[in-house]
Amino acid sequence: MSEIIKLSRRDFLKTGAVLGGGLVLGCYLPFGNSAGAADPATTFAPNAFIRVGSDDTVTLIINKSEMGQGVYTSLPMLIAEELACDWKMIRIEAAPVDPVYNHTVFGLQVTGGSTSVRTEWERLSKAGATAREMLVAAAAKQWKVDPATCRAENGFVLHSGGKKLSYGQLADRTAKLPVPKEVRLKDPARYTIVGKPRHRLDSPAKIDGTAVFGIDAQLPGLLTAMVARPPVFGGKVASFTADKAKKVPGVVDVVQVPSGVAVIATGFWPAKKGRELLEIVWDDGPEGGLATPALRERYASLAQSPGLVARKEGEPAQAVRQAAKQLTAEFETPFLAHAPMEPLNCCVDLKSDRCNIWTGTQFQTVDRNSAAEVAGLKPEQVHLHTTFLGGGFGRRANPASDFVREAVHVAKAAGKPVKVIWTRDDDMKGGYYRPFWYDRISAGLDDTGNLTAWQHTIVGQSIIAGTPFEAAMVKNGIDESSVEGAAEIPYAIPNLQVDLHTTKLLVPVLWWRSVGHSHTAFVVESFIDEAAHAAGKDPFAFRRALLAKHPRNRGVLELAAAKADWGKPLPAGHSRGIAVHESFGSFIAQVAEVSVDKKGTIKVHRVVCAIDCGRIVNPDTIRAQMESGIVFGLSAALHGAITFKNGRVEQDNFDGYPVVRMNESPTIEVHIMPSTEPPGGVGEPGVPPIAPAVANGVFAATGVRLRTLPFNTKTLQDGMGKG
Amino acid sequence: MIPLNVNGKTYQVDVEPEVPLLWVIREQLKLTGTKFGCGEGLCGACTVHVDGEPIRSCITPVGDVRGKKIVTIEGIPVRHPVKQAWLAEEVSQCGYCQPGQVMSAVALLKKHPKPTDGDIDSAMSGNICRCGTYPRIRIAIHRAAGAKKKG
Repeated sequence: MSEIIKLSRRDFLKTGAVLGGGLVLGCYLPFGNSAGAADPATTFAPNAFIRVGSDDTVTLIINKSEMGQGVYTSLPMLIAEELACDWKMIRIEAAPVDPVYNHTVFGLQVTGGSTSVRTEWERLSKAGATAREMLVAAAAKQWKVDPATCRAENGFVLHSGGKKLSYGQLADRTAKLPVPKEVRLKDPARYTIVGKPRHRLDSPAKIDGTAVFGIDAQLPGLLTAMVARPPVFGGKVASFTADKAKKVPGVVDVVQVPSGVAVIATGFWPAKKGRELLEIVWDDGPEGGLATPALRERYASLAQSPGLVARKEGEPAQAVRQAAKQLTAEFETPFLAHAPMEPLNCCVDLKSDRCNIWTGTQFQTVDRNSAAEVAGLKPEQVHLHTTFLGGGFGRRANPASDFVREAVHVAKAAGKPVKVIWTRDDDMKGGYYRPFWYDRISAGLDDTGNLTAWQHTIVGQSIIAGTPFEAAMVKNGIDESSVEGAAEIPYAIPNLQVDLHTTKLLVPVLWWRSVGHSHTAFVVESFIDEAAHAAGKDPFAFRRALLAKHPRNRGVLELAAAKADWGKPLPAGHSRGIAVHESFGSFIAQVAEVSVDKKGTIKVHRVVCAIDCGRIVNPDTIRAQMESGIVFGLSAALHGAITFKNGRVEQDNFDGYPVVRMNESPTIEVHIMPSTEPPGGVGEPGVPPIAPAVANGVFAATGVRLRTLPFNTKTLQDGMGKG
Repeated sequence: MIPLNVNGKTYQVDVEPEVPLLWVIREQLKLTGTKFGCGEGLCGACTVHVDGEPIRSCITPVGDVRGKKIVTIEGIPVRHPVKQAWLAEEVSQCGYCQPGQVMSAVALLKKHPKPTDGDIDSAMSGNICRCGTYPRIRIAIHRAAGAKKKG
């Protein structure tokens, strides 16, 4: 059955305006092929997402940032499925900032929350179908035949009588036709593109050096700037001397900006040398004494009493007290840097009446508006060009627009086009971390090993408080993202409470790939494992029995267990751990096969991952995102921690903040559950289950329960010594 | 003036000899495929070949490579088995580290035409990928070596 969709006229009203803007802005093509200000071949643009050229090219304007997750392929697949264009003729352009490209739910132009496919499926399908119907109508009109006797295929309209016209040949004529109000979408059973593996459109440019990231932006006379920022969050410049810095050949100017002192130079090296020679007296402000051990104590103390209640069922406190067996455990997860491979950067060309910005951002509307505010321009005078992102993981979607605001301040002072580059040290010490979390859980089991009570107290900073999203996302004092993955625990437990203490620090915090789930899945899935062992039950069977009302969680749990040969013998010294977690509309279970050597070093040999993410676009992208999430989560499980001493971040590069490398990367198998459910996200949900799956595997191997991230080999070694 | 031979072309660059090769390649020669990742030789994003050896251009003073044969990602032909394997195995995600990964892999295969997993660990563990493309890099290297090995 085909579906008839009513098209909102509003969807297309803006087309003209956007294209006008698009033509002016068309100097940026992400694949670096050409840089014409206008595209003379463009003749048919039925909506803001599609332009069919008379040369048969099909330009798709993509409103989501490509940061590795594959949206420059998956979103074109959705359009192409309906448009029936020639895949080889597709060109991709990053969308300019315009309300027509806003996120359909969030109301801003943003890429995040693992929502791109989920929210764009319908809109882009309609966009493709509209263009196709118009092309068919134009051909039918020219041939004077019934459109029903024509069909679209691979960039051509074909008539049953044998006539054939290419989309390019039809473009001019089609542009004169009215845009239909309703279009017929394909029956998913007839999909030929969506649901089947397809090579990424951006791969060739990413291995020949032509893919343009923000740091690669080039402009005539472009200067490079580096900013010395306060070593303590909340600190500021008390005074500074730049005499020595200004003597470095290539240093053009040194200026104070709100975030610190900027050295503006002819290139990276003189900017860096100049910055090293700045003499700055800092005012550390109130966080000058911040230290991780003291913070841990403060959080642990808070965790001893309940906070604001996020969810309550039954009488958990009483049920724990009356339980035949009681368990209590405390968990700690550290501040984490996103550490994308491309350090932050932003290139700004500021004129009196307009501002062009090139940067890899996930947050176009907010960054554009922030830039306008700093520049003293109207938002429409600021043109933000989204480049490829050398990793995002949430860091490039900052409500504070830190790296964009700062770059506009520097450009104002420079009076010339300037690119602000952050070094790795700047990027790592510059904040906007995943918050430090401390969790305490108590549970009760009855005398047959049934889980009767669960009390979970969470302590940590809110990433939403103080942002423009507070009103929408903080309810009754509870930031939903602080408790996500814990408050909606799927296990059948009659007496349950999840509560929250929200702390305040000047350490800036932000969403970090999988957000709240990055700590709650570790805590919940580790503790449910403890409960299983305390009940004397198999951890897989224990979970499965508690998931009767959650068939999708149970489905992936069973699939992962089956594919990983759960319960079957392993090589000597190897053991398995399992975890299952729902996030961003997807359900994922992982089984990690691990071993631990005498020194307490953990080796993850193999990870089997099962995912149910509903209807799928590109199965290979889903596999890639699961692999990606698992390795990203494993870096946090094994290595990642940002710590403070005297208010200062103690890590500054990949030596102090190690990440998983090739030699630690496990074999990963991904199994996708066939599903007709609405699509779920894939960019983030692969991350949460891996840390608990590994911790549970380590427990199975050693009898030592790891409740702190990153896993501490010393704790493990000591524990093994005792056992 | 420092004479440089990059991808078979000769350049004369007017920079201090202490400037890291990376910034000369990126800023003077405008070859931006070679990436800045850490500035301390810890991540491999800046890997180029100097006389056939993979080196970290972010910590290599340009004065040390005068007259030597430098090859960047732009100098590896698209038909090279490593690049073809990268495409076939769909390795790239964000893509930022991939030029460095490709340069390390090309150098590895020159030395070990049929590398073992251990060889791959040794040669490739200096290149960080935050997208976690390691499993595919491993498979792609085996593919480029002509092996059918999977997993």
